[in-house]
Amino acid sequence: MLNTIRTVAERPMAQRWLAAAAGLGIGLAAAMPAQAQETIKVGILHSLSGTMAISETTLKDTMLFLIDEQNKKGGLLGKKLEAVVVDPASNWPLFAEKARELISKDKVVAVFGCWTSVSRKSVLPVFKELNSILFYPVQYEGEESERNVFYTGAAPNQQAIPAVDYLAKEEKVQRWVLAGTDYVYPRTTNKILEAYLIGKGVAKEDIMINYTPFGHSDWQTIVSDIKKFGSAGKKTAVVSTINGDANVPFYKELGNQGIKATEIPVVAFSVGEEELAGLDTKPLLGHLAAWNYFQSIKDKSNDEFIAKWKAYTKNPKRVTNDPMEAHVVGFAMWVKAVEAAKTTDPDKVIDALPGIKAPNLTGGISEMLPNHHITKPVFIGEIKGDGQFDVVWKTPGLVPGDAWSDFLPDSKPLEADWVKLKCGNYNTITKKCGGAS
Amino acid sequence: MMSHLYGRAVSFTCVAFVFAVGLLVAVATPVFAGPYEDALTGFTTDSFGDTDTAISGIAASGNPLAATVVEALRDGRLMFSAGGKTVFFKDKTEKLFDAATGQPAAVTPPDLAPVRLNNRLRRSVDAAIGGLTLLSPNSAIRLGAAQSVFRSRDATVLSVLDQAIAAEKEARIKRALTQARAAVILNQEDAKEADKIDAVAAIRERGDQDALQLLGSLPASSSATVKKAASDAIASMQSQLAIWTALQNTWYGLSLGSVLLLAAIGLAITFGVMGVINMAHGEMVMLGAYVTFIVQDLIRTHNPALFDYSLAMAIPLAFFITGAVGVGIERSVIRYLYGRPLETLLATWGISLILQQAIRTAFGPTNREVGSPSWMSGAFEVGQLTITYNRMWIIVFTFLVFIALLGLLRFTRMGLEMRAVTQNRQMAAAMGIKTARVDALTFGLGSGIAGIAGVALSQIDNVSPNLGQSYIIDSFMVVVFGGVGNLWGTLVGALSLGIANKFLEPFAGAVLAKIAILVIIILFIQKRPRGLFALKGRSVEA
Repeated sequence: MLNTIRTVAERPMAQRWLAAAAGLGIGLAAAMPAQAQETIKVGILHSLSGTMAISETTLKDTMLFLIDEQNKKGGLLGKKLEAVVVDPASNWPLFAEKARELISKDKVVAVFGCWTSVSRKSVLPVFKELNSILFYPVQYEGEESERNVFYTGAAPNQQAIPAVDYLAKEEKVQRWVLAGTDYVYPRTTNKILEAYLIGKGVAKEDIMINYTPFGHSDWQTIVSDIKKFGSAGKKTAVVSTINGDANVPFYKELGNQGIKATEIPVVAFSVGEEELAGLDTKPLLGHLAAWNYFQSIKDKSNDEFIAKWKAYTKNPKRVTNDPMEAHVVGFAMWVKAVEAAKTTDPDKVIDALPGIKAPNLTGGISEMLPNHHITKPVFIGEIKGDGQFDVVWKTPGLVPGDAWSDFLPDSKPLEADWVKLKCGNYNTITKKCGGAS
Repeated sequence: MMSHLYGRAVSFTCVAFVFAVGLLVAVATPVFAGPYEDALTGFTTDSFGDTDTAISGIAASGNPLAATVVEALRDGRLMFSAGGKTVFFKDKTEKLFDAATGQPAAVTPPDLAPVRLNNRLRRSVDAAIGGLTLLSPNSAIRLGAAQSVFRSRDATVLSVLDQAIAAEKEARIKRALTQARAAVILNQEDAKEADKIDAVAAIRERGDQDALQLLGSLPASSSATVKKAASDAIASMQSQLAIWTALQNTWYGLSLGSVLLLAAIGLAITFGVMGVINMAHGEMVMLGAYVTFIVQDLIRTHNPALFDYSLAMAIPLAFFITGAVGVGIERSVIRYLYGRPLETLLATWGISLILQQAIRTAFGPTNREVGSPSWMSGAFEVGQLTITYNRMWIIVFTFLVFIALLGLLRFTRMGLEMRAVTQNRQMAAAMGIKTARVDALTFGLGSGIAGIAGVALSQIDNVSPNLGQSYIIDSFMVVVFGGVGNLWGTLVGALSLGIANKFLEPFAGAVLAKIAILVIIILFIQKRPRGLFALKGRSVEA
């Protein structure tokens, strides 16, 4: 150590500082007790600051909890798991930077992370280039299947389409307001829904599409427009892809203007237990949400999970939600795949994952499909006075996630299969891979 | 027996009307075991279909307990035991009664669960209650019943409806009942055509969205004359509604403008008067909202009865806490940076990030629930205009704050010193004004007002660490547009931007409207760089 410093003393100033800093680093590392045993590192890539922190912080806690539980069971392949947490700060380019840091510097073997579609799109090239694994836990617009990504959230056919079917069948809805925040997920979902509804015989003038900016807080005009649209004599419903933060003022305005769920029900795809925690839900009684998991679902595994989660967070009021369950299922699948492959090598784990089954928290067994999506049950819940949901409808079985929507002409012929076809966008008409038109 | 039960369980008014309904139908069907008890078992299967059948069975049974049971169902107080096939209801004090007999329950079954509802069932319940309470002696309940029937258009209540109309003395309720009757008639296949034409006229008088919806959804079997009458009525209503729509847009614009004004008015002091580019302004708003949350949290745990006064208590607290934070920021950072706008911008932006993350660490990243006091919830109608209480009070509050601030600057010693220091610092100092102290107080005042704005904004927006960010750009926009250094400019700027936005929104959509407003401001600033109300005189150049 001393030697090193003396030899660099003659170098130019900048270099000397650099070397000194490096020397200090080595010194610190040497001072720390040597790592008792080798660990398997798992990356957690969720925003802990900025706009998305509201949703993503909980997922970071969930991952820490799951890794802790796994370590209590003896770890994986005889080694302890170690979580590496980074904060991409709701900044999309930073997601890519932090992903690179996790994979090449921290040498994590898999990453659990991202929330918005734009953050996922931003890290995709990094995962492809460095050949690592990403588990993505949020419901999204579909139209994607990548070799390095495993989508444990819902594809549109596992959330949006069943919700619209429910409204059409049970509530006899004939007129539709598709309201969303102006970004890729609502735009693609609404495109799919519009095509689906028109295919079902809904007239174009019975569909109203409305977009609002992120964090929109003045909903007076839009809510009264919805009221007006709903007074044309046909039963009307709102399908909301409004993003997290803007929902609170939206629902407050709905409640204040007296739009009741019995007249114009609102079904939301981004409103869960976590979002309702900031709201007085009594005026919202009966408005709906479509998810693959609700905290209120009575099942032994769910009760157990909720109890353990509350104990882990030391907060008896802490709620659980759908993306958390997606991480629970995704993590269990990854553990099983690593055990099956007997290695954490990404190529082997990617090949091992399709076909892996893991219990979800609602009493079913989800399976990783060759298109890297999973099978999920779909539930429709009505908002209750206590901020929870009452399940009023569910699919009879599990629904397999469809990467490429059958209702968009461009994506209809596409198929994703990483087992047989080794392709994420195989065009069944031209019989070629890479057929995204 | 009945008076024994109801005297304890339900209020006296309830007794009377249940009695009345009971008597009324008792004439037609003797009250024996039968339809009512049969219908009750439908609640024990936990199936929405069976519950629906049970509701209509109960409503038609004529049993004196029917209204009580259906009301309990609506309020989530109807319980069932799947094992014992028995149904119970709780009164408002959580006491359990057997729904079959109306007697207090002897034992509480272990598997007691509330009967669940979905939206379809809520509509059935609403219709049933409407039919069962049309003859209630309580005028508010009668009005509610009339509105329920208007929505449900349930033909079976027609005879009761006629009776209610004949007995009604209050004009307001009579009108509601007549409209309800018209709604029923229009949806009845076999009603006389003349009656239907009269019904269209009655609905036409109502003139609102519900009336439009009703006339727009006449059954296909209606005769051509009825359809013609309906479409004429729709056309004339729509032209009236167009005027109301313009009024409504103005109101919405005023409301949006007042929110902009409230958010910007603190900045009009720190940026407009002092010239400090304060990027942490939004965080002061956020702090004010969190003060409201803390106050409400304390009230909830210690004295829930005071909840309606929570905002009144939060306002002075928010003012002093954020004001103190503002003074702290000025003394520790900003006073070293006067005259260096770029450094101030960066430093205050850093402060804003620090404050955000501090709040995020202390309170967590998720939204905090700030409740609305009862006087700020709901809406009322003026003609066809829906005015929500929270927006109305925010407008009132904004103008009070504005007037108070004007008064402070114009008539107090502190205001005089502030104006003196901003107009000519050296001269003010020479006259013995402690300029450093005035700087700190002025910044504190601007921050304190931002805190007050936070209290109001907590009523319409998320209370989360990001609250401030959504207002900072809008606030600068308003101050620059209105004219830096002029409170009146801020007022006019905020209101005109709000109203312009709301008139653009229906045509262009929320996203484009916002873009259009920004473009308009950019063009306007090209023409008049100093904003709407430019300061004149030598001080401008200083």
